Amino acid sequence: MDWWLLFEITVAGIGTGGLYALTGLAFVLIYKATKVVNIAIGEMLMISAYIFFALSAGMGLPIWLAIPGALLVSGAFGALVERSIIRPMLGEAPISSFMVTVGLASILVGLVELIWTADQQRLPEFLPNKHIQIGQAFISPKIFYGFWIAVLLIGGVLLLFRFWRGGVALQATASDQAAAYSVGINVPRVFALSWVAAATIAGVAGIVVGSIGGISSVMGVFGLSVLVVVIFGGLDSVLGALVGGVIVGVIESLTGFYIGGEYKLLATFSLLVLILLVRPYGLFGKHDIERL
Amino acid sequence: MRIGSAKQSYAADAALFDSRTQQAWLVLLMLALVAFPFLAGEYWLYLACLVAINIVSTMGLNILTGYTGLVSLGQAAFMGLGAYTVAILQARLGTPMLVNLLAAGVVAMVAGVLVGLPSLRVKGLYLAIATIAAGVITHFIFGHFSQLTGGSSGITVAPAQVFGIDLDSSFRLYWVIVPLTGLMLVGAANLFRTRIGRAFIAIRDRDISAAVLGIPLLPYKLLSFAIASFYAGVAGGLFAYFFRAVTPESFPLLMSIFFLAAVIVGGMGSVLGSVLGAVFMTMVPEVLKLIVSALPAALVGENATLVLSPVRTIVFGLMIVLFLIFEPHGLAEIWRRTRRLFHLWPFRT
Amino acid sequence: MPGPAPVPAIVPAPVASSAPLLQVEGLTLAFGGVRALNGVSFAVQPGTITSVIGPNGAGKTTVFNTLSGFYTPAAGRITFEGRDLAGLAPPKRAALGLARSFQNIALFRGMTVLDNIKLGRHCHLKSGPLAALFYTPAARREEESLRQEIEEKIIDFLEIDHIRKAPVSALSYGLQKRVELARALAMRPKLLLLDEPVAGMNREETEDMARFILEVRREWGVTVLMVEHDMGMVMDLSDHVVVLNFGQVIAQGLPADVQANPEVVKAYLGSGNVEALRARFQAARTKAH
Repeated sequence: MDWWLLFEITVAGIGTGGLYALTGLAFVLIYKATKVVNIAIGEMLMISAYIFFALSAGMGLPIWLAIPGALLVSGAFGALVERSIIRPMLGEAPISSFMVTVGLASILVGLVELIWTADQQRLPEFLPNKHIQIGQAFISPKIFYGFWIAVLLIGGVLLLFRFWRGGVALQATASDQAAAYSVGINVPRVFALSWVAAATIAGVAGIVVGSIGGISSVMGVFGLSVLVVVIFGGLDSVLGALVGGVIVGVIESLTGFYIGGEYKLLATFSLLVLILLVRPYGLFGKHDIERL
Repeated sequence: MRIGSAKQSYAADAALFDSRTQQAWLVLLMLALVAFPFLAGEYWLYLACLVAINIVSTMGLNILTGYTGLVSLGQAAFMGLGAYTVAILQARLGTPMLVNLLAAGVVAMVAGVLVGLPSLRVKGLYLAIATIAAGVITHFIFGHFSQLTGGSSGITVAPAQVFGIDLDSSFRLYWVIVPLTGLMLVGAANLFRTRIGRAFIAIRDRDISAAVLGIPLLPYKLLSFAIASFYAGVAGGLFAYFFRAVTPESFPLLMSIFFLAAVIVGGMGSVLGSVLGAVFMTMVPEVLKLIVSALPAALVGENATLVLSPVRTIVFGLMIVLFLIFEPHGLAEIWRRTRRLFHLWPFRT
Repeated sequence: MPGPAPVPAIVPAPVASSAPLLQVEGLTLAFGGVRALNGVSFAVQPGTITSVIGPNGAGKTTVFNTLSGFYTPAAGRITFEGRDLAGLAPPKRAALGLARSFQNIALFRGMTVLDNIKLGRHCHLKSGPLAALFYTPAARREEESLRQEIEEKIIDFLEIDHIRKAPVSALSYGLQKRVELARALAMRPKLLLLDEPVAGMNREETEDMARFILEVRREWGVTVLMVEHDMGMVMDLSDHVVVLNFGQVIAQGLPADVQANPEVVKAYLGSGNVEALRARFQAARTKAH
């Protein structure tokens, strides 16, 4: 048993897991604030990666301009989606807003294919290139740095929720919009902000994921694994997204190496079925008690 | 204007087509359906068969999602199971067409129950995500159990045989597909005349009330799943006989989204909606093809067909979003409004 | 807020002349740290109208939810027609003859009045999915006789024939409550649990509903257990009244007796001792300075 190899694979998994967790964070932000299950989170990640591609490779902007530019555009895009598609669904059944995000995902995939074709593209390099060495294990630098970016952002959001009253406002609008309105919370602004924040975070994840594996119109499949992550961790738990992300990342990595690459998605979804059987609301999720 | 439509017996009130004019239109429709294959060209016959298959699957999904309120993104997976069942039975056992189709429905139905069992422990959205898992798992099965499923190259299906006639053209398949579709539509309509269908709607609207009234929730949700998957399986079987080949890539997640879109666009919780939605969603790519080929080359670039696929994807998504925002009750509601207009004319409302 | 007063010893359950239809003994239920029900005991005699009253938060709807089977009591027993209901899920209790209406209307908004009522009969109907799909003659006959019975017995009786094809979402509040009653009647219940049947109704609607409840008891022989705040209705209709406060039964008996019971008055109106109240106020004010 090559322990260093196992360590290497596991660490790689943790690294990818960090990115899953980051995307999961974007998802959880939207769910916490608006109770919308955004199945298009993978596609939002994809569109941000493509915007970065357009700015840096297409328009030739330097990296230090392209990244913030892409994040800004992503945030604006999030606001646009919220205003045009999600806001009209306020008050409808949660199934409706979920299906609207299904439609959104389809639109985004089509847009990407239309403008940039379905072929895979490579993003310009901006992360350091040297492999990180821990003992006898080598870790891909992109995954390494990507992981720490993810951890930083997640930690930041956790702290923000802990110490900022906006976090409470967020939860208030999610649980009862009318009540939140009546205590003076600007509900539409909270909604818009949460989508902007989520889109920006998804943008960070998109740029990092894109630099690791290239970008293509099927990048949104990443979002499917993220779904498993948030169900595992609980739809409204930031901490759960982190823990779930790391666990899913490790399982995928181990499966991919020891059993075979095609089995990765299968393993993830088998895990999903297991979770649904054993702990449907996730490790840290809250089960809303319905008043009869 | 609609007058004199008072009923004189409860049976008359409960009939599916309850007015003289409706029955007249029905007869006309039947005549049109019978005359159609003799008048239409190959292309339109092809479309008609495709529309009919899509109607069956959409109706199944509507029972599950529209009437019972359980969102499923796995309809394509169950169709795939049905298609492969037909393909394997046809190749290995040579059993008759109707037997194969029945088997396809049953296999898909069993799979539907298996998927439903773990997923129904929680509320609807978790179910939707679990149905995506079903798609991933079935895709894996189709690709990897090569001795049975032919692996990634799939199986080619010999034409169905009915009374010794090879059903190898759209014209011939039409005479099996369309009546079968009609039967399944009537079955669904019947379902909602009885307590089973009512129970489904109750579960969708307020499941706690349903439980208090004596409807055990899990068994009925599983039943809804079973029926919807049966319809998907039969549709998949027809798919196999129609396209004469099945591969693991024939039933992607996008196809499940297509059927969900058809349910939404047509009208959730409506038999007519299922028909309208399927027709609309099948015809939209065809109309798109016509539009794209008619546009000047300068607009779309050299290869028009390259533009077609992404535009189709965009339009799918756009249909779902627009109908959900502006007409959540779908085409069926537009139809109903138009009918009311005619019923009340010359009065306004 | 003062905690629950010690239960006075003089709260006997009425002596049963015949076997009670429903017997509740020592029901105890807690939500986290809150004791919602604390040893609730009462009995409902067949053919009577029993009311459960008490201030808000006393636990009345909680009792109903426990009877329906949504909550499992930590202690205590519910016996219906001599049969222990422990472990029976709500659908099974419905099949035994326990019908219930809800405080906030729980009609199915996607259906007409007629379909809502037909749903009430669900557990007594027999047709299965295959019979339904093919609409076999047996299924057809079942549907038609159901329709006939509902029309003649329920719709006529509750005077809702003019709205039977209307979607329930289009009806007024009072009519919706009546449709809920109709649906509960379609269950052929032995015991009808009514949770605030006249809440939010005007005088005329309340009188209509009271009339219907009395006729239900007389014509159908249904036993009624209701939670209600309208004291006029409670006192006029009930054969037996149970008073809850802080999850405990503080009084039960004939309406007139309960009305005069000082504990009941205290629970609703406070002790009425103005001097004590003033003294408490002063003490609080001096403490604040």
